[in-house]
Amino acid sequence: MEVIQFFNDNVVLIYMLIFTVILGFEVISKVPTVLHTPLMSGANAISGVVIIGAILLVRTAQPDDYISLGLGFVGVVLGMINVAGGFAVTNRMLEMFKKKK
Amino acid sequence: MIFQFVINLAYLLGALAFIIGLRRLSSPDTARNGNLLAGAGMILAIIAAIAMPLPGAHNNYLWIVLALALGGTIGIIASYRVQMTAMPQMVSIFNGLGGACAVVLAGSELFNTHSTGVAPDTGSTTNILFTLLVGGITFTGSVLAFAKLQDLLGDNKFVLPKHSIVNIVLLIVLIALGAYVLMTGLEQSMTVAVIFLILALVYGMSFVIPIGGADMPVVISLLNSFSGISAAMAGLIYDNRIMIVGGILVGASGTILTLLMCKAMNRSLLNVLVGGFGGGASGGAKGTGDNVVKEISLNDAAIQLFYSQSVVFVPGYGLAVAQAQKVCKEVDDLLSANGVDVKYAIHPVAGRMPGHMNVLLAEADVPYPKLLDLDDANNALSSADVAVIVGANDVVNPAAEDDPGSPIYGMPVLKVWNAKHIIVLKRSMRSGYAGIENPLFFHEKNKMLFGDAKDTLSKLAAEVKTL
Repeated sequence: MEVIQFFNDNVVLIYMLIFTVILGFEVISKVPTVLHTPLMSGANAISGVVIIGAILLVRTAQPDDYISLGLGFVGVVLGMINVAGGFAVTNRMLEMFKKKK
Repeated sequence: MIFQFVINLAYLLGALAFIIGLRRLSSPDTARNGNLLAGAGMILAIIAAIAMPLPGAHNNYLWIVLALALGGTIGIIASYRVQMTAMPQMVSIFNGLGGACAVVLAGSELFNTHSTGVAPDTGSTTNILFTLLVGGITFTGSVLAFAKLQDLLGDNKFVLPKHSIVNIVLLIVLIALGAYVLMTGLEQSMTVAVIFLILALVYGMSFVIPIGGADMPVVISLLNSFSGISAAMAGLIYDNRIMIVGGILVGASGTILTLLMCKAMNRSLLNVLVGGFGGGASGGAKGTGDNVVKEISLNDAAIQLFYSQSVVFVPGYGLAVAQAQKVCKEVDDLLSANGVDVKYAIHPVAGRMPGHMNVLLAEADVPYPKLLDLDDANNALSSADVAVIVGANDVVNPAAEDDPGSPIYGMPVLKVWNAKHIIVLKRSMRSGYAGIENPLFFHEKNKMLFGDAKDTLSKLAAEVKTL
């Protein structure tokens, strides 16, 4: 019963999950080996989207709740290293392919 | 009203940018553009998260700005300082930090439950536990993969006997603890939840420890897909669509990429995770005792190369470590100037990650058409006069073809023995990264040129110049 209730309450979310999974499978169906490393690195940078949660955590924390603020701060720093470093490193790799064309 | 619309639109565009960016990243011509597009999507999403209306929130913008500045600076500096050869480790460590971020988010939910005493519902608790589990594994697993690739750990010193059983037991304990927390309610089982997190962190390490170095790229790719899943789980906690879409997208495409990498090595994912080759001693069947290794002098090697019709270089990790790609290009230029047809045979897993070697050679300005993939390379090798192996080992091991007892039997290799002559540049007779004996060195066509790859190649270039 609880399962049915959960399904009914979250049906849009479930659609989204399923479609995104299929999209993720299909979107990189054919990749030349050359691009495996940059692609992995780029996807890794995208997974840094978890930073959004850390930003929301800091925003909703009480100004005197230093534990939440501290955790959120650490989260934003970690997420930002992932995002900024990830995209920069991918760009650096791909820049090398561009030159000799 | 309008403002909320703008925020929603920004999130939507951000998610679209991720999808299109990922698509473009998978084709050589559009890859760079795709990366920039995905990056732009991320900036848009971050701005939307900072600006979105949150009734009653204190915002604490100073904390956010400082954290963004600090993380951004560290990330950018690290990515520009890192040597191209250390790229795989870098990706791994970035990935681990993303996982750590997810753990921090779920950890803060634990803390909230603890301080308010209000239990989240079953769905949310499941979410929190999953985020702790997947994020925790991603974090410690990636850090360990980094340590292994950076050679911070000795070879497999920490592997327990029956390690895969230890891992399975750990996983069962984790599931049991998770079920216990779900049944008793999070607010009643704080200590168990904390133990759950600690075990998840331990499991991450225990899961990566026994995996051989040669399989590390596959593991990093798998952990990358895990970090996507943990981001999506954290997105469910915060009910934030772009986190869910971005995370799932990476989770799914990362899984496909992992399988593609396994396929390039002709192995199954299970085989990589459970049976890793790292320690394999069974490949020593051929023995080394009575086989004779022939050496060639620099001068002879230079002459042989200079008067060949076609030469195929087979670069491996040794070339990368020695930073010899530019000198290799110099030798290539000298030979090409004499009309020698020079090509490079790139094994799918040459270097330490698929595509890694291409990046290194591109850095040295080697023209793209000179780089041959496995099939083209094997065609070229069968008509080549000389195959020059620079720091590669396992990817040119004939045992993969003809020794069913070898741990790498069945892996597609570059058939350098089809060339008329083989010259192997190598530091010593040590076996390769996978720890497997290579009968190629004793092959009748083969001659060894011992020494550091960069050093040997520059001497070779000097010799060629005198001809």
